[in-house]
Amino acid sequence: MANAKDERRSAGELEAGVLATLWAADRPLTPAEVQAGLAHDPARTTVTTTLTRLYEKGIVDRRRQGRGYAYFPVQDAPGLRALRMHSELDQDADRETVLARFVEGLGPDDERLLRGLLESEER
Amino acid sequence: MTVLLLFPLLLPFVVPPLARRAERCLAPAAALWVLTLAAVALAGGSLTALGALVLTGLLKLPVLAAFGELIHPLRTPWDAVAVPSAAASVGLLVVGAWTLTRSALRQARAVRAAHAEAARRPVAGDLCVIDSPYPDAFALPGRPARVVVTTAMIRSLGPTEREVLFAHERAHNAGRHHYFLATAELAAHCHPALRAVRTSIRFAAERAADEAAAAAVGDRRLAARAIARAALAVGARRPERPVVAPAATTGPVPRRVAALLAGPPPRAHRAAPWIAALLALCATAAAGASVTGLVAFHHDVEVAQGEAAH
Repeated sequence: MANAKDERRSAGELEAGVLATLWAADRPLTPAEVQAGLAHDPARTTVTTTLTRLYEKGIVDRRRQGRGYAYFPVQDAPGLRALRMHSELDQDADRETVLARFVEGLGPDDERLLRGLLESEER
Repeated sequence: MTVLLLFPLLLPFVVPPLARRAERCLAPAAALWVLTLAAVALAGGSLTALGALVLTGLLKLPVLAAFGELIHPLRTPWDAVAVPSAAASVGLLVVGAWTLTRSALRQARAVRAAHAEAARRPVAGDLCVIDSPYPDAFALPGRPARVVVTTAMIRSLGPTEREVLFAHERAHNAGRHHYFLATAELAAHCHPALRAVRTSIRFAAERAADEAAAAAVGDRRLAARAIARAALAVGARRPERPVVAPAATTGPVPRRVAALLAGPPPRAHRAAPWIAALLALCATAAAGASVTGLVAFHHDVEVAQGEAAH
């Protein structure tokens, strides 16, 4: 029971990871390229299955490439692109407490501090 | 009686420094609970005290005293200020109710807009991608809960960093952090001093999600880097961001990054039990004083009605 639940959850997480990888790329990706772009290195067959499922749901599209397919995300209709989102949400991003944002606005010193932290980290 | 009712109104001013300590010393998940519960108790105490002050003032008015079947004048320690303090309390309650309504409408509108936005797009697992040049990401509470991310945010992070982002937002949803955040928002409108506590609660929620994300990817440094990179992507877009905080204070993002870089999961700080106990004490004192004050007020009303002896 718990196992089935875990499996379902990780299948969902894999779908999310695959879609993000496709969006991050600026061209269609083959299953092998998607697999290489994923953090936790799932099996190739799992990636292919996930891509097929996303394709069947109409979330991604594909075109022939060599003997297989290369996949790319289905774009929004231009009119739909985040227009409302950013007129309503973005103006006042810091004040919508309930939508927990990944990162909130940076103060005047924050950028310098962050770059410092990143640099000391990368040395 | 009135003196006792001042306690719940003054105690919240003591709490913000304690809350800031709790941010640092308590484990984030514990801080989230302790701070939220304290905020609820303090907000409730403050509302009760204001309500009792309003009633006291009203019963000082002859018309309402007659309506309340008072045959003796209501006893108060200082009769001269009963009506003015009631008027001030009404003012505070009205302002609080007004700002709360405005905020609630704004939050509801934001959540609705985000849901509408998410509903029009395909969802893979729990992820909803919005094709937008603005880097943004947030946890969208609801059934089912979603992680909403813009393409610009996806592209500003590497594959492993994206896993951090997703784990962070999933931790918000799994931990039902929106309830804590909504409670903090509610409390902030009940008493002005609780606004600082709201900030602490937000920070604790972010830290809790950061720790969960770091645990999920098994790498604190990676988690720190992902947060820093995402923040820089967002920050670089709006250099004209209005300066709210004084320049000397460090914003929440660098503190989150530094906390992750500081090392292994924060073990309980030596001061943690003391801070938690002090917060609990403040909360209990506020709740206790307001309830006792209310009981005393009720007794005074009964005395004035001739139903109880002095």
